[in-house]
Amino acid sequence: MTADDLRRATWRMAHEIVERNHGLDGVVLVALQTGGVPIAEALAAALLEIEGVDVPVGSLDVAFYRDDIGLRPVLPEAVTDIAFAIDGAVVVLVDDVLFTGRTIRAALNALADYGRARAVQLAVMVDRGHRELPIRPDFVGKNLPTRRDEVVDVADDGVDLGEMVK
Amino acid sequence: MPELVIRGGTVIDADGERRVDVAVAADGTIAAVEPEIDATGTGATVVDAAGCVVAPGFVDLHTHLREPGKEEAETIESGTRCAARGGYTAVVAMPNTTPAIDSAAVVRQVLDAGRAAGLVDVHTSAAITIERAGEHLTPMAELAALGVKLFTDDGAGVQDDRLMRRAMEYGADLDVALAQHCEVEALAAGGHMHEGAWSSRLGIPGIPVEAEELMVARDLALARRTGARAHFQHLSTVGSVELVRAAKAAGQQVTAEATTHHFTLTDACCAAYDAVFKVNPPLRTAEDVAAIKVGLADGTIDAIATDHAPHTTESKELPFDQAPPGMLGLETALALAITELDLPLAQIIGLLSWRPAAIVGIDDDHGGHLVPGRAANLCVIDPAATWVVDPDATASRSRNNPYAGRTLTGRVRHTIYRGTPTVLDGEACR
Amino acid sequence: MKHLLAIDELGADGIAEIHRLADAFVEVNRRPIPKVPTLRGRTVVSLFFEDSTRTRLSFETAAKRLSADTMTFSVGTSSVKKGESVRDTIETIEAMGIDAIVVRHGSAGVPWQIARWSSAAVINAGDGWHQHPTQALLDTYTALGHLGSLDGRRVAIVGDIKHSRVARSNIAAFTLLGAEVVLVAPRTLLPPDLTDWPVRVVSDLDGVLGDVDVLYLLRMQRERMTESLVPSLREYARRFGLDRERAARLGDGAIVMHPGPMNRGVEIAGDITELPNVVVTEQVANGVAVRMAVLFWLLGADPVPTHEEEPADA
Repeated sequence: MTADDLRRATWRMAHEIVERNHGLDGVVLVALQTGGVPIAEALAAALLEIEGVDVPVGSLDVAFYRDDIGLRPVLPEAVTDIAFAIDGAVVVLVDDVLFTGRTIRAALNALADYGRARAVQLAVMVDRGHRELPIRPDFVGKNLPTRRDEVVDVADDGVDLGEMVK
Repeated sequence: MPELVIRGGTVIDADGERRVDVAVAADGTIAAVEPEIDATGTGATVVDAAGCVVAPGFVDLHTHLREPGKEEAETIESGTRCAARGGYTAVVAMPNTTPAIDSAAVVRQVLDAGRAAGLVDVHTSAAITIERAGEHLTPMAELAALGVKLFTDDGAGVQDDRLMRRAMEYGADLDVALAQHCEVEALAAGGHMHEGAWSSRLGIPGIPVEAEELMVARDLALARRTGARAHFQHLSTVGSVELVRAAKAAGQQVTAEATTHHFTLTDACCAAYDAVFKVNPPLRTAEDVAAIKVGLADGTIDAIATDHAPHTTESKELPFDQAPPGMLGLETALALAITELDLPLAQIIGLLSWRPAAIVGIDDDHGGHLVPGRAANLCVIDPAATWVVDPDATASRSRNNPYAGRTLTGRVRHTIYRGTPTVLDGEACR
Repeated sequence: MKHLLAIDELGADGIAEIHRLADAFVEVNRRPIPKVPTLRGRTVVSLFFEDSTRTRLSFETAAKRLSADTMTFSVGTSSVKKGESVRDTIETIEAMGIDAIVVRHGSAGVPWQIARWSSAAVINAGDGWHQHPTQALLDTYTALGHLGSLDGRRVAIVGDIKHSRVARSNIAAFTLLGAEVVLVAPRTLLPPDLTDWPVRVVSDLDGVLGDVDVLYLLRMQRERMTESLVPSLREYARRFGLDRERAARLGDGAIVMHPGPMNRGVEIAGDITELPNVVVTEQVANGVAVRMAVLFWLLGADPVPTHEEEPADA
């Protein structure tokens, strides 16, 4: 994916979010630290242009909710920052890459500690497959078939595929 | 007919050094000291001393045998077996047992048990005050008549100045040493290690050097007045050594001992809070260690003592400030002296043997001169052998050895006590 | 096994790492449900040989907010009073299967002994006069919150340094983070030998008041009077206590800290504890987050060595 592809995918996903929710009433974006943050900001900018609504954007770090604590080094990337109420909101979780689904599982648990959302939806820029949990994205920038040992890098200038360095 | 012949060694005693064999008679005395003694056909046991030094048996002025009262830590038998393994043929037992050695009955009990063990001559000290409580004098004349040569409240000093004066006055006529564990309780109370940079850092209450030095100064003054034979136990500070040196220079007849740990270990050893390094007087600084070495070299300090103080592993695993003070010493004394003191071997042997023997008046039987007719109390040492200290390789009931893993030079190979081997090839044989 | 026994073992980087974790836990503590599942299934034992309800509650709250199970080994009612050795106690607790021991003991060095005997992570919650690392971590965390950076800042620690584990840990922590520490105390309340301590020592509080960024008041134990370390509490308060008049001479932005519990009227006058630059309550609140950070750092941040590596998540 090039930078242009990314921009186009962002706009399409923004439109899909508006369409799915019949507007932006009660919709908030919660980005997963750290990869989801720029994507959520881009989505919010697009939503503002499309609907004229400034959608609240928060960020969530799921380190404390992971299921592999004690198996590998786990440290929070950044402090969670959700400055709005989750109760009754439609939360769109935003991440860069969807892989096994374990991070999203952790995010769902974390989110529940902030309140009871009316609905939770999932937006990812890249879905690379290899799910290990029954989790499915609502909005996808691109489906990208990968091998398990490859890595996907989403940056401002596009999406790259590389060999996993162990 | 000799019972036993020590062949091939070099004798070092108060008369100097010579290449001779030593024959021991059946009655436990030295039969002959000659360049070549042929034992063939005599049936005599031959003890190999090739490449080794044959020395008078060592005398420890400061041994805690723990019996009666703390037999789980040491007994007279296990403690004297340690002594034999260290090359000793006589020890002076300290009186801080339970009950304290402060009466004729306990003195006899200790002497009898020592004789029954038969591993070294057990001389016992006796307390200066009843129950070592610092209030009333023990029957010093009665105890001296039983053979007590040294009085001390070891474990504590006699705090009361007037009482100490009385003890010296009374003891002056008895031909005994008035020995002091110099520690002013008012300054030392609550302390668990040397007061200094390490105690400050570790947050452990300290014992200042002045706690020792004030009492050394007091006892020197009292000894001058009373004419008593004052002996200073386990000196540990620069200031104490200087006080004794000055007194001797002024002609005062006093004696002093230093322990092996006070010339080998410093307060930095306490950094890991291992109570094996807790001892009283405490391990001090490198400057103090250096001063002790100089004191041993220049004669200010007359004897090396061990302050062999067994404690069970359980009690040494208590928090540092609750664990009892003391460390083992009998089995490592010679090697530590050879390894750490830059002194001629003859001088080291003197510090371990005839000089302490003279302080307690047992130099007819121990130390001094290896000549025919004297009791065959001697040891054979290999001054060049190196070995690694293993706390489990001990005759003691306890394991509080602060030298675990240290490589030392100099080893006792054989010990002969009154003509009979107590240790052969490093192992206790009785 | 990682332990937290003394501040200097952490170094500046270790302190910064724990502070960064504490930021995340401060956020957790602000949530409607201030609890995360991070240490589910882990067991944290508090083993307090010396009473300190405040510190114990702070640790237990921290453990519970991380979803760890907590056990309190109350020494006052246990066999320890009947002569059971610390080692036996540790071996008994270990047999129950535990992951961390939070230990407070009146004797310096006990946490080091326990670390030798135990396979669990040991956290020193105060040993004698020696160390109290979590206190120093929360104190520096609190000070950083107000001052931004401690580099070149001036910290005065006032009072009974000699008997204070809080002082020993804080001297190390503030110094590691770049601050200059000055001790303000009479000689009787100073450790006997300060060789190699990175501190300046003065005996006049008024002389330093105007140019400190942190005024750290230590608790003055009443028993020090009976030891004649100071003639009277009144004289101590007059020389070293913070009153309204002295507080007014503190520089702008300077903060006043105290490890608690405060002796009002001794080290601090009763009528100034509510001043905005007295941050004692904040210290207590940060204590929970910092102790969560420490527990997570010891039990969660690193792999447990016995487990097999599992597939990585994206």
